[in-house]
This record gives sequence, C-alpha cells and structure tokens, in this order.
Amino acid sequence: MIEFKDVSLVYPNGTEGLKKINTTIKDGEFVVIVGLSGAGKSTFIRSINRLVTPTSGSLQVDGEDILNYRSGNLRKLRTKVGMIFQNYNLVKRSNVLKNVLAGRLGHTGTLRSILNLYKKEDISLAYESLKRVNIDEKIYNRADELSGGQQQRVSIARVLTQKPKYILADEPVASLDPPTSHQVMTYLKKINKEDNITTIVNLHFIDMAMEYADRIIGMRAGEVVFDGPVSEVSEKTFEEIYGRSIREDDLRGGADES
Amino acid sequence: MTNENNSLAEKKTPPIYPVKTKVQVSIIFFVILGIYLFSMFWTQKEMVGGFSGAFENMFTVMEKFFPPNFGVIGAIWGPLVETIQMAIIATTIAAILTVPLAVLAARNVTTFKPLYYTTRTVLNILRTIPDLVLAVIFVGLFGIGLFPGILALVVFSLGILAKLISETIEAVDMNPLEAMRASGGNVYQVIWYALVPQVLPQFTSLVLYVFEINIRASVVLGFVGAGGIGLILNQQLGFYNYPNAMMIIVLIFAVVIIIEYISTKLREALI
Ligand SMILES: Nc1ncnc2c1ncn2[C@@H]1O[C@H](COP(=O)(O)OP(=O)(O)O)[C@@H](O)[C@H]1O
Ligand SMILES: [Mg+2]
Repeated sequence: MIEFKDVSLVYPNGTEGLKKINTTIKDGEFVVIVGLSGAGKSTFIRSINRLVTPTSGSLQVDGEDILNYRSGNLRKLRTKVGMIFQNYNLVKRSNVLKNVLAGRLGHTGTLRSILNLYKKEDISLAYESLKRVNIDEKIYNRADELSGGQQQRVSIARVLTQKPKYILADEPVASLDPPTSHQVMTYLKKINKEDNITTIVNLHFIDMAMEYADRIIGMRAGEVVFDGPVSEVSEKTFEEIYGRSIREDDLRGGADES
Repeated sequence: MTNENNSLAEKKTPPIYPVKTKVQVSIIFFVILGIYLFSMFWTQKEMVGGFSGAFENMFTVMEKFFPPNFGVIGAIWGPLVETIQMAIIATTIAAILTVPLAVLAARNVTTFKPLYYTTRTVLNILRTIPDLVLAVIFVGLFGIGLFPGILALVVFSLGILAKLISETIEAVDMNPLEAMRASGGNVYQVIWYALVPQVLPQFTSLVLYVFEINIRASVVLGFVGAGGIGLILNQQLGFYNYPNAMMIIVLIFAVVIIIEYISTKLREALI
C-alpha cells in the first residue's frame, strides 16, 4: 500500500512539483495518472521510488515512511519498486539478456554482479521474463538492434526479473505507434492481474487511460484534481482535469488495429 | 499575392550566420593571419646564413650517417625492447589510474562539485608539464634508468587519458544509469552495468592511441637519461659514431611504423 499524506515537493529552482498530495493506492490496483505535460505526473511517480525527494509531508510504502530513507533502505525500496521509462533506458550496447539481468542488481552483491556470477535461478528467471513478453528469441541481440516496441518489452522483462511488488511506468507508450502502444499496455495489464503487482502508469492519452485503468487520478499544476474509478469518468472529467476541451491529440487511437 | 511574397522575400532574406558571428570570425581570422606573417618574418631575420648554408651543412652530415652499421643490431636489440616495455608498462599503469580519475572528473557522474573541480584542476596542471620536463625531474630524483622514464610517461599519459575519457563519460546516455539506480543497483553496479559498456570501446581506442604516443615519447625520453634505446642513441651520437646511430634510427622507425599500423587497425575494429 502506498500512502501520500500532505506530500509537497518544491524543486531547487522554486517550481512546485507537488502540492499537498493526499491519496492512497491499494495493493493490486492498476492506476493511471493523467494530466497535461508539466502537471506533475512524473514528479508523483518518481517520488515513490525516491528518484526525487518530496520536501514535506509523509509518503508511506507498506507502512514505512520512505522520505528519510538513506542508501541501504533506499536500495531495498527500489528493489521492490520496478520502473519503466518512456525511452526504455536500456544499455544500447549490451545484449538483451544482460539488460534483463540488470533487474537483479538490487538482489545481487556488488562483487557477484561485477564478475557476472549470477545465480542459475536468476538467469532462468530472466529468460522466463523474456518469454512472458514474447521476446525470448532476441536474447543475444544488442538492445539497439531492436525496434522501440521490442525495447520496451525488454524493459518490461527487466522489471519482471526484479520481482517487484510495485511497478511504476512513466509515459511507457509516448514514443510508440498506436498498435505497439496497445501491445505494451496489454502486457502491463496482464502482469498486474497475473502477478498481482500494483501498477501506476502515467499517460496523457485519454482513450488508453479509459481502456486499461481500474482507477484514474487526474493531476493539474501539482495537485490531484480528480480521483476515482473509471466508471465515474466521462469526457467532462477530462475537460476538468485538462482545463480545456478534448482534442484529437489527446487520443492514441488504433485500439482495433492491435 | 505573388507580389507581396516577393517583396517579403527581398526584405527579409536572413543571413545564414548572425552578423555578430561573422564579425567575430573575421576578426579571429585576421589576428591569426597577422601572427603567422609576423612569425615568418621574425624567423627569417633570426636565421643567419639562411637556407643555403643549412642545406650544405646537412649534406656533409648526412654523408657520415651512411651506410648504417648492421652489425650493431644484436647489441641494440635489448635497449629497444626496453623502450617498448617502458611504453607498455607506463600505458598500462596510466590506463588503470585513469579510471577513477576520469570518473571523478566527469560532471555527470561526480555530482559533488568540490571533488569534480579539484580533480579537473589537478589534471589541467598535469597536462601543462611537458613529458621531457617530467623525465628530467624524475631522472634528477631517481637517477638514470627506466624507472624515472616510466614514471614520466605515466604522469604524462594520465593527463591526456583522464581528460579525454572524462569527456567521453560526460557524453554518455544517462538514461540506463537512471534505470539501474531505480532497480536498486549501488554506485559500483550502476557504473559497471550502465556506464562501462558505453565507454569501453572509446576507452580502449584512446589507450591504444596514447600507447602510440608513448612509444615515440619513450625514445626521446632516453635522451635525458630515462633509459632504453634513446639513451644508447644519444651516446652513439655523442661519440660521433654515425653509422651506429643511423642503424638505431632505422630500427626505431621500423618499430614505430609496425606498432602504429597494428594499433590503428585495432582501433578501427573497435569503433
Ligand atoms: N528537475 C527539475 N527541476 C526543476 N523543475 C522541474 C524539474 N523536473 C520537473 N520540474 C517542473 O515540475 C513540474 C512538473 O513536472 P513533471 O512532474 O515532469 O510533469 P509531467 O510529468 O506531468 O509532465 C513542471 O513545471 C516541470 O517544469
Ligand atoms: Mg513526465
């Protein structure tokens, strides 16, 4: 369970990234955060694994306040919170297997990982993860030989190999075409259901949010301006979140193509 | 409509470079040209005897160098190998010491500013000392031999390598580093998994390049007492034994060319 209590974040340059956020994300939920660019979605999500540090309030993950965590605790936190990025963030020159094994870093001692002495279970776990996202035949390809959609699947496999309790995905489909976007979202949703991994996804496409989310949190200017199940959301809700009428480019489209 | 477009194009054709840039570049160009002309004039004036005297002298000296004495190959083989060893050892030590220094001198990895600036400054100072001066200092400190030569080359190579490699590190894609950090990797794991693969080809190539420089530098360092073939060459020249000296020069020439050829091929394969 993740609990935000009056969480605010002011960046060093004075920008208020988050303003008194109060919300609770229950285990197993699939939450989509929507909002315009600059609304604070990334700041929200990156607070949870402390890639950024809120400046006030309390943020609890599994009942522990993570805001005063230092290196040791931080590693433990990040080991149970996996992350997926817009630009996949793979090591382009390394092969797919090595990239996926990096998901075990938090579970592996420094010396062991530097000498490439992964446990047998870890390697077979990496392979299983690749199979689950149907990219196991590319195991020895260099990451930069893959298409964007394939790279994002590798990055999902990396997160799976981490065996996390939570998955954070920051605009995972923003660099992909519509059919590939749906494929990636379908994998995330499937993993959420099968492994019961709490999943939080940032999206700015309304149709995709509606299709995949259990619950939608709307953000504007660092504040939560909507929070509720998909059943309560209508076009009007989005117009309120975005503060303007809905446009063509707020939709990803292409659901039937995939 | 067409008329309007035409007049618009006439009025508002922007220059490809801003006027300010043009002026700056022109000024720099003329200043450099001025420096060239001045120094050409100056050298002419200082060269007593002019070119004709120099040529005459050159031919009389050159004659004495031929034919090279092939008989000394056996005797100079040892010092030649020493010179190559000196370059290899120095490059290897420098390559190892470069790693921490380059990381500390890379702004994107070393976010602690004082540490970054200190390393940068030390490296900058190192680079201002010529290798010959280093050799003279170390020969003075440790006496004639290979050790001061190796030391001089290590310090000299460190200056170049650490600077170039820190710049390579600053140009890497930071995204994978963030991903490794987000999955619970510690500093060493992040560097090893996300940074090293991105820097390694460039690193190897630069080390080979510095090795090439070191081979040549190690010959010259011998002249000031840093051991190896340079020392022998200097002695032979001192004894006016020109055929022996010529043989040494030919041998050095051959070795340098062979090593550079191999090294260039290796570097091509890497990038
Ligand atoms: N490192 C930073 N330093 C200063 N301001 C930042 C930084 N990162 C984000 N911001 C600002 O914080 C606000 C929220 O940004 P972000 O969380 O990235 O929004 P979103 O992900 O919804 O586009 C924006 O105004 C952005 O400019
Ligand atoms: Mg964002």
